[in-house]
Amino acid sequence: MKYKITRKEALNLEDFLVEVEAPLVAKKFKPGQFLILRIHEKGERIPLTITDCDPKKGLVSMIIKAVGKTTSELSKLDKGDLLTDIVGPLGNPSKIEKFGTVVCVGGGTGIACLYPIVKALKAHGNHVVTIIGARSKDKLVWEDEIKEICDELIVTTDDGSYGYKGVVTKPLEKILKSKAVDKVIAIGPMIMMKFVAKTTEPHGVKTVVSLNTIMIDGTGMCGGCRVFIDGKMKFTCIDGPEFDGHKVNFDELMNRLSMFKGKEKQAMKHYERGTK
Amino acid sequence: MVDIGGTRVTMREQPVRERIKNFHSVPFGYDEKEVVAEAQRCIMCMHAPCEIYCPVRLKIKAMIRKIAERKFKEAFLIAKEDNPIPAITGRVCPQEDQCEGVCPLAETENGVNIGKLEAFIADWAMKKGITEEFYIEERTEKVAVIGSGPAGISCAVDLRKFGYQVTMFEALHEAGGVLQYGIPAFRLPKDIVDYELSYLKKIGVDIQLNNIIGQNIRFSELRENFDAIFIGTGAGAPLFIGIEGEELNGVYSANEFLIRVNLMKAYDFPEHDTPIVCGDEVGVIGAGNVAMDAARCALRLNAKKVYILYRRTKRESPARDEEVQHALEEGIIFKELISPTRMLGNEKGWVTGIELAKMRLGELDKSGRPRPIKIEDSEFTMKLDTVVEALGSRPNRLFLDQSPELERNKWGVLVVDENLNTNIRGVFAGGDAISGGATVILALGEGRKAAKSIHKYLSKGDGK
Ligand code: FES
Repeated sequence: MKYKITRKEALNLEDFLVEVEAPLVAKKFKPGQFLILRIHEKGERIPLTITDCDPKKGLVSMIIKAVGKTTSELSKLDKGDLLTDIVGPLGNPSKIEKFGTVVCVGGGTGIACLYPIVKALKAHGNHVVTIIGARSKDKLVWEDEIKEICDELIVTTDDGSYGYKGVVTKPLEKILKSKAVDKVIAIGPMIMMKFVAKTTEPHGVKTVVSLNTIMIDGTGMCGGCRVFIDGKMKFTCIDGPEFDGHKVNFDELMNRLSMFKGKEKQAMKHYERGTK
Repeated sequence: MVDIGGTRVTMREQPVRERIKNFHSVPFGYDEKEVVAEAQRCIMCMHAPCEIYCPVRLKIKAMIRKIAERKFKEAFLIAKEDNPIPAITGRVCPQEDQCEGVCPLAETENGVNIGKLEAFIADWAMKKGITEEFYIEERTEKVAVIGSGPAGISCAVDLRKFGYQVTMFEALHEAGGVLQYGIPAFRLPKDIVDYELSYLKKIGVDIQLNNIIGQNIRFSELRENFDAIFIGTGAGAPLFIGIEGEELNGVYSANEFLIRVNLMKAYDFPEHDTPIVCGDEVGVIGAGNVAMDAARCALRLNAKKVYILYRRTKRESPARDEEVQHALEEGIIFKELISPTRMLGNEKGWVTGIELAKMRLGELDKSGRPRPIKIEDSEFTMKLDTVVEALGSRPNRLFLDQSPELERNKWGVLVVDENLNTNIRGVFAGGDAISGGATVILALGEGRKAAKSIHKYLSKGDGK
């Protein structure tokens, strides 16, 4: 069985949306879960957070940043193209209940990953404040979609080209100081999640982060996705991907993410040579 | 003195210097002349201990007789009766502990090379396109087989022969389980695994890839939709020692190392996309088959020095003799009587070495092997840039966590009765999911046994 791309849309120079036919995944998807796909027979398995899902039509979509070989290759595909493998949903769903006031913080493509979570939080009667950040205005994705479903939206850009100038932790700090927040959920680059957790810790606000680690199988077989939570080894794929942000050792994790950096560059070069 | 049995016909192999640069099979396999000569060594002893010690009770003597008579097809059909995957078991069974070890010839010389005979006839049949022929009397009952490794394969084949509608579920993108992701191609060529799996499809087993029971289909849904279930989910979860430094880059579980190499073909990077970083000096912790596999893969990934770090001695290694032999020939260095105490790293977060404590052997433990005892204050360090932990594995939590109704022991191993029935009616289990990590052939035997139990369970109603 192959998996058909039903929609493909570039959001800016790097980010794009892919919607695929994956009925098994769509049927069981819950916010916070991810899938693993392989483009072709020689492809690697890459984990991607699911940003939206239509169980009736059997469709799931993801927002992806073209950073490495596989994501670049994926960005070149179009509606009608076939992917060799998709498996999921993987990982544990987000815990969704009525918490009260929830601040959701998203960075980069993590903004889109927040979308189903925010939707579910709203459905459970939470007051949701969303802070989303990007390097610049053109890198900001999924703003309108998020805006539509949350109660308050704050936008930041590193260069000040749109919204507040600066990083997401600034408005977060302000909110934490000004009102009672029951929970913070952060999805985005590791460094952003690290500082979100740092910001909320002194306020004692429970903070959930969604980790995107090195993965192969996504089913608990390889241990490549291991993280240390409070010093205890956990597997992101089956114990996560969400963990208590105050217990995650981010530095260690960022280091592990760099393990294949050299190889990734080599793969990219090889790929570019081949496409020329 | 009469030379009964003579000496074993030498197995031609890839020369060491060449084979450490590729992932092709190390042994070439017998040719027709050789295989007949080797089969003729069999003295056709009355009691055939080889058969008694075979976990699937293969009719070895009859098979050997046919080979000796050059009746390869008949030999193949005899093997197939009891073993759906002879090409695989012939290559990966621990023959020295089973058939070949108890062969009367083994007292003075090597036993008959039963593994290689078995592999020969299976390969021969594959090349000739000869398969077993049987008539399937279709039944309507549906059976789900979870997992497509050795236990699942043998169970599925037998269930089809009984006539059941069999659907096999596999979480990964390729079927075969440990045969696919675990055992390297130089030991078990992948075309052989693919062939055996294509046979499954040919006889009508519906193989569903990328389908995780528990995630995609709830176990309870499965129970509603199928008349019986076989769980052959194996022992796919890696164990880590739990010492300082396991977060370091360059530290792998043997599972990760082997999955990258075998399933994802990282040895062919960047042609294949999945990378692997393997340094010049590699330490593999453990001395079982998986450790040997990882060590020999490391060598083929251009490592300069590969060490097996083992707390006992070579003699106690649970690996197949042939694997230890091949590893030694290839230059793998055994460091015995040592046990890791922590891993050392640099400021960039990469592993740079390992600290080990010296051990001595004490009294025999439950496994019948001497217990390694740590010698106080004997720690020393060794320079390494890749560490692979091959400490064994346990059943995967993913499936079990989603099926809390299944009874298991404290190691996560499913509890079954003598018919391989779990605590739930109609749900059976076998292979590493109930043993926690054994051999392909034991799993295969249990798959077959479970198929029989399922048949009994399902046919009760119709008066059979
Ligand atoms: S991705 Fe392999 S164990 Fe998590």
